Amino acid sequence: MKTCKRNSRFPMFVTLLTLIFLYVPLILVAVASFNSSKYGGAWNSFSLKWYDRLFSERAIWEALANTLFIALISTAISTTLGTLSALALYRSKNRLKGIYYALIHTPLIVPDILQGISLLLLFVTLINLGGSLFRRLFGIELELGMTTIIIAHITFCMSYVAMVVLDRLHEFDHTLLEAAQDLGASGLYTFFRVTLPQILPGIVAGALFAFMLSIDDFVITFFVKGAGDTTLPIYIQSAMRRGTPAVINALSVVFLLVTFVIVFIAQKLITKKSESKK
Amino acid sequence: MGEFLRFENITKRYGQNTVLDNVTLEIQAGEVFSLLGPSGCGKTTLLRICGGFEPPDEGRVILDGVDITNVPANRRAVRTVFQNYALFPHLSVWENIAFGLKATGQDAKTILEKVPKYLELVQLTGYEHRKPGQLSGGQRQRVAIARALINRPKVLLLDEPLAALDLKLRQRMLIELDTIHDDVGITFLFVTHDQQEAMSISDHIAVLRNGRVEQVGTPTELYEAPRTSFVAAFIGDTNFFEGTVETIEGDYCTLNIDGFPEIQLFNDKKVHCGEKIHVSIRPEKFFISAVRPELTDAKTNLLHGKVEEVIYVGPHTRYWVRVQDWRVSVVQQHHGYGLDERRIKWDDEVWLWFGADNAYMLEHYAEVDEQLLALPDLEPEELEAVVEGGTQEVGAAE
Amino acid sequence: MKSWLRNISNWIIGAPSFVWLVVFYAIPIVLVFLLAFKPVDAYGGLGEGWTLKTILDLRNPSYPAIIWRTFWQGIVSTTVCVAVAIPISYQLARMNSRWKNVILLLIIVPFWTNFLVRIYAWRVFLHADGIFKKLLVAIGLIEDSTTLLYNQWAVLVVMIYTYIPFAILPIYASAEKFDFSLIDAAKDLGASSFYAFRRVFLPVISKGIWTAVMVVLIPAFGAYLIPDLVGGPSSELVGDKIAQRVFIDRNLPHASALSALLMLAVFLPMLLGKWLNHLRRRRQAREGRI
Repeated sequence: MKTCKRNSRFPMFVTLLTLIFLYVPLILVAVASFNSSKYGGAWNSFSLKWYDRLFSERAIWEALANTLFIALISTAISTTLGTLSALALYRSKNRLKGIYYALIHTPLIVPDILQGISLLLLFVTLINLGGSLFRRLFGIELELGMTTIIIAHITFCMSYVAMVVLDRLHEFDHTLLEAAQDLGASGLYTFFRVTLPQILPGIVAGALFAFMLSIDDFVITFFVKGAGDTTLPIYIQSAMRRGTPAVINALSVVFLLVTFVIVFIAQKLITKKSESKK
Repeated sequence: MGEFLRFENITKRYGQNTVLDNVTLEIQAGEVFSLLGPSGCGKTTLLRICGGFEPPDEGRVILDGVDITNVPANRRAVRTVFQNYALFPHLSVWENIAFGLKATGQDAKTILEKVPKYLELVQLTGYEHRKPGQLSGGQRQRVAIARALINRPKVLLLDEPLAALDLKLRQRMLIELDTIHDDVGITFLFVTHDQQEAMSISDHIAVLRNGRVEQVGTPTELYEAPRTSFVAAFIGDTNFFEGTVETIEGDYCTLNIDGFPEIQLFNDKKVHCGEKIHVSIRPEKFFISAVRPELTDAKTNLLHGKVEEVIYVGPHTRYWVRVQDWRVSVVQQHHGYGLDERRIKWDDEVWLWFGADNAYMLEHYAEVDEQLLALPDLEPEELEAVVEGGTQEVGAAE
Repeated sequence: MKSWLRNISNWIIGAPSFVWLVVFYAIPIVLVFLLAFKPVDAYGGLGEGWTLKTILDLRNPSYPAIIWRTFWQGIVSTTVCVAVAIPISYQLARMNSRWKNVILLLIIVPFWTNFLVRIYAWRVFLHADGIFKKLLVAIGLIEDSTTLLYNQWAVLVVMIYTYIPFAILPIYASAEKFDFSLIDAAKDLGASSFYAFRRVFLPVISKGIWTAVMVVLIPAFGAYLIPDLVGGPSSELVGDKIAQRVFIDRNLPHASALSALLMLAVFLPMLLGKWLNHLRRRRQAREGRI
């Protein structure tokens, strides 16, 4: 073919260079995790001692349990709220829609440090205003802790879920609803038999997204957490401030592997979906 | 038998735009009725009003004696075959067909009984476990038809159901639709912009234009006796002539057309002397010959002209013949093929003749409708000018 | 469904998330601006009454340099990320699907890998005893005394590293829909490859490019963890200052005032862009009508 003759090699070159850039540090960490020496500089000998250390470290297991607990609860709630808001946004036509859309859309863009500090300020203000009242009425001490972390996670996950589901709704062929109605289906029947199955992949993707975001988050959690709360990212950060402990090498490799598996499965799901569409 | 489905003074506006303007139509039970018109004529809107997807601004829809104007879509005994079929992609063929039964709460036994019957009707037995994504266009359409028919609707609405198929498949599906209609005997309301589709399947056709009904009739009526220049030009091809009525003798009158010898024609509109009228003459109603024919019938009109364009298309040849200021489109069927036969060519002098009964007077004529006719794009002089201009440009480039 | 019924059911569906976002997103943002006018109390919390002192305290002599650094680091990292992402997206969109999926996977994995793990990897990579530094010393590019970590170049490199996938994904999403026969058509009309790329490909995917600019530039303005972990005292950004006011010399009103400043820096250009877009569309609509 004549036109294909002169495709420039430059884009491929940039792609390969970028991939090298992206992976060299990660690979180095992976190699170091098997090195018995404390730093990656000199190769001592192959060893699994850092993995051993990783699995025997109690604090890591506690942080993991906290992380998963927070992620599961905030995924469940944010997926429900986000899906409902996507449906409402998709169907509404009145003037509030613009404000509603901005409320859901802009959290995706605001830097996480601003979301963190603004939530911290909210919680501090609430504690200042209502703390003593709560103590007297219910005997509950209002303070920063797991609850405030979960509230913060729900808030930033919800927008992602809503956007993914909304995308799916916009892709969805509107005549299917008319077809269902035409065949005698009621509104609820149509929702459960037609709309929901159609947007389910979007909801699942949104939930996965929310889960990953919650596990990943450091900045916002750091602002709204209480004194003793640790999640995995918080643990890594505090370990890092103390130097470059080699246990983190092993932890990073575990993280990388888990990410690889999840992304691989998600991508398989997505490509399968788009193929069946054709 | 009387009317079965009736649209009464239906008006629909979108903002400033009137899509349907006081449309009244009557459809008989069990017939295939087509809404035919160019895009934007309001035919799909009328169908959607019938299906219950949009309310009319004014007017009523009456089905089998009951006013269904305000009945929601899911409670109407009306089913639709959508233009893109709107099959549920997550459900199998079986589940798609059974959807209407399940949605209306029919028991499992009825479903088990009925679905195979309808699969057979549309010749899809064996495909019940496939998903719509795994079917061809024709198969998808058959699923859509079975799905719509299974609830035994009183009326089946078909929204351009063949538009997404290629030509050969379209012709086959048309025959299949006809067979299915004969099998089930349900009233079909068929929307199309394709006049051939409408002609070949319908008992009656309503031609719509700009939200108004131009004419309702059988395919033959519309073709042979179009009331307006729009119907004449939209359905098939034709020639329009303008003339003045000179004399009237019994059922016939004579017409004076500029540059023509006196023309005789059948006076079906009871026109008067001196009236200016427009007539439509279909191209195939002309006979053409290079030699002057011996005419025996007194009610035949003879014209003399010069061939400007010849297009051979297999079953017939199309000629454009210049007769004074008129350009006449003529179609001649080939009944046989002789190698030694002398063919009519460009610039040949020819004779044209047609029977007085084959020219049809129009009630209404609009010049814009001429644009619907199949004319060669350019006048010969214009064509020459373009060709010359083109060569000059090429010369200049060198 | 009747329209009022539809409205009510919409309200019921939409209300929980709406209320949630108002309480935990909109009100906190308003608070950021409001609390900037509060005095600080003895424990670094919110004092009684209102004051302008906090705002005036922003005239700290060290701030202009920090704001400037935040700004140019944001611009540079965004430019690099987008400049790299465009050819990559072009390449990906043209590839056959098997290799494309592999490369996409390789790009998405770092995107999803824990943020801290990625920063940590760079700490290992640039470490004083690390192999990379030894390599550079060995070929004589740097002295043994040079530190690769804890300077603003390290911050910039790690920022670019973290944000590259953010830039690739939206641009690739646009490029994937691009009809490459347009490039062939342009070449057929006599355009060079680069000309076709510049005049046909880039304008068509411009929407994806703008999205990429937004999703890189805005987080880059708010970057805090990267300078905190791989930067030194001379490479602090506005985000670090906010965090320091919260966690080190606890002074919430001051942190609030700094955040308000950052918030304006993020939202004003966004609103301006929206407004310009709106004006342009209105003009087009008016011209269209004429």
